[in-house]
Amino acid sequence: MTPRQRRITLVVGILAGVSLAGVLALNAFRDNVMFFFDPSQVAAGEAPIEKRFRLGGMVRPGTVDRRAGSLDMSFVVTDFKQDVKVVYTGVVPDLFRENQGVVAHGRLGKDGIFVADEILAKHDENYMPPEVARAVKEKHGGVMPVNPDSAAPPRT
Amino acid sequence: MIAEIGHYALILALLASLAQAFFGLLGAARNRDSWIATVRPAVTVQFLMSSLALAVLIVAFVQNDFSVEYVAANSNSALPVAYRIAAVWGAHEGSLLLWAWILVAWTFAVAALSKTLPAGFAARVLGVLGLVSLGFHAFTLFTSNPFLRLDPAAPDGRDLNPLLQDPALAAHPPMLYAGYVGFAVAFAFACAAMLEGRLDQTWARWTRPWTTVAWAFLSIGIALGSWWAYYELGWGGYWFWDPVENASFMPWLVGTALIHSLAVTEKRGLFKSWTLLLAILAFSLSLLGTFLVRSGVLVSVHSFAADPTRGMFILAFLVIVIGGALTLYAWRAPLLRSEAGFEFTARESFLLFNNILLVVAAGAVLAGTMAPLIADALGLGTLSVGRQYFDPVFLLPTLPLLALAAVGIHSSWKKGRLGERRKAVLLSLVVGVLVALVLVLGAWQGAMLLTPIGFALGVWLMLSALVDPIDRWRRGLSLSRGVVGMAIAHAALGMFVISITAVESYTRERDLALAVGETGQVGEFEYRLRDLRTVEGPNYDALRGEIVVYENGREIGLLHPEKRNYWVQRQVMTEAGIDMQLTRDIFAALGEDLGAGRWSVRAQVRPLINYVWLAAFLMALGGVIAATDRRYRPESAG
Repeated sequence: MTPRQRRITLVVGILAGVSLAGVLALNAFRDNVMFFFDPSQVAAGEAPIEKRFRLGGMVRPGTVDRRAGSLDMSFVVTDFKQDVKVVYTGVVPDLFRENQGVVAHGRLGKDGIFVADEILAKHDENYMPPEVARAVKEKHGGVMPVNPDSAAPPRT
Repeated sequence: MIAEIGHYALILALLASLAQAFFGLLGAARNRDSWIATVRPAVTVQFLMSSLALAVLIVAFVQNDFSVEYVAANSNSALPVAYRIAAVWGAHEGSLLLWAWILVAWTFAVAALSKTLPAGFAARVLGVLGLVSLGFHAFTLFTSNPFLRLDPAAPDGRDLNPLLQDPALAAHPPMLYAGYVGFAVAFAFACAAMLEGRLDQTWARWTRPWTTVAWAFLSIGIALGSWWAYYELGWGGYWFWDPVENASFMPWLVGTALIHSLAVTEKRGLFKSWTLLLAILAFSLSLLGTFLVRSGVLVSVHSFAADPTRGMFILAFLVIVIGGALTLYAWRAPLLRSEAGFEFTARESFLLFNNILLVVAAGAVLAGTMAPLIADALGLGTLSVGRQYFDPVFLLPTLPLLALAAVGIHSSWKKGRLGERRKAVLLSLVVGVLVALVLVLGAWQGAMLLTPIGFALGVWLMLSALVDPIDRWRRGLSLSRGVVGMAIAHAALGMFVISITAVESYTRERDLALAVGETGQVGEFEYRLRDLRTVEGPNYDALRGEIVVYENGREIGLLHPEKRNYWVQRQVMTEAGIDMQLTRDIFAALGEDLGAGRWSVRAQVRPLINYVWLAAFLMALGGVIAATDRRYRPESAG
């Protein structure tokens, strides 16, 4: 090969590799991105069935139910318009409690019950995940205990 | 009174940076020696003023001056003195001040060590650095002033977030900033070269040690943050593809590409415009990281205060710096053509692919990090991108990279021959494959497809990296620091791969519900809750569990996880109990009271996880050793 051909081969090879990576990344992206839904969207049937997504809202007071001594629990996530029942087995975060913002990762069953495999609550009592704050605010007329100044710890 | 001194010092630092930028850039452009001569004094003034400002804030914290709003918000009289100092950078305003100070300290070091550089070039470098610090001083003064007073003064402070009361996290921001800001030096060298329209191998030799040291700091900073998230947040792993983590990882990836590309530019005078582009990108990504973290646009597990003014300021700064540098690049880079050629299998090719793969990996991380922001801005819904995306798209470019590295470190410049090293490379590959097979088939059950690949690549790279120094040592040849540093860094990368393979493949984890005296099964391990009692700390009280861990009936660990209740912030904190052993970490964290006398317990056993961070520190050590090689010292610089 002449140097020119060699350079062309190299450039073509690199382009092919980079485009392949791009295609694969897009694929991985399409299959693995998780969308966020609030209870109203779930009630309206916008959320997919049996596909992982993030459900966010407030923990409705008086709905946290746990069989004594067991890791199985259930609670209701609300945006003050609609409710979704969530079941979960495992340890919940320190700041999980009634009337606080929560995000659950999991799948919605055909029975309308959300089976969570991960529960997130933020590291601050006054903090609420922005998407939850927005979801609740839109439904509730903006009276939310969100204090942005005391959001979670800096870690730059 | 003292806070006002800090405030004035900050204003003076801003003015000094203005003078530094003005006289540095214009003095060099107009060739006025008297202007150029004022640049170094301006740097000194800026350094003194910036140090004074930082010192004043530290004093305010140590003296519990709660008439300063920032101190009142982030400290408390009950806080130990060491954490009062760390609290200086515990929140936004102070960390910016620290950031700016580190930038000025780097500038000061460049000014002191650049006396052998041509005067005009040094003036341009310092001028560009002056512009960058001008931006940061202005940002601090106009949007995030830590010296503002609180009237009336608070009787006591609101305390430092308990999560931040930790030695690793106290050291994490300074290290990380030193890395971020260190790339500003490479950036300034790149801009100065483009302004001069001249970039030769000497330029690369000046730039290399600065970049490598910055990269080492960034490595340590990231490792400390990751370690902290593991044992303090109790996340139970080393990496979560959290946007804030990604923000620091992207500049690291591009910075890694940059130090390799600089090697080619120094040794062979090639890749010049590519090196410049990487230098611009590395610093741009550092700024982007700041923007992402500081503007509050990210939905992160540890998200930050949203403040539109600050976000807009950083965004504008970002646009000016990146836009300006790229414009300069488009205009000037074509002047800097490389002449020489190389064979397809020469070291240059290996480093070229190293660069491509690293940049592709950084691009994939960038895409995943920015996608939620872009989708949100375009109204496409709220989405999040997790490890299901990041793991495959990151491994795809980086796995071949490891194999390339294992061979490439033995290739020679220009000519594609491995020579006598061919045998050693093959031998290490064979050993790697054998070790992988033994590990996967033998001692440890539960492997996945990637497990043997990871072990084989890791062992191969580790051995291959050590061939050169051992061979030279045996033959009584001289060992330069460059050779030793490079061997340590690459062997550490191999060690890193081995340890993450072990963690990913053989972690045992389970949530248990235990009452005192009960036992739960976690894989082949048994966790027994032996005791649960209340204890009291300096500024908290805690419920303390005592958990014994057995493997095949033999006691292998004793853990003391705590559930702490901090008095001032009234915050409940989980303090995980971790038994660090040579080959594994045994971990337990208390969850909550489940009723019926039972508590939930997060139980995990992770093999080799500490070697992940140890490897990161060794990589940084390798970088520092290489950066202190004789040929970079001023007296031997040609």
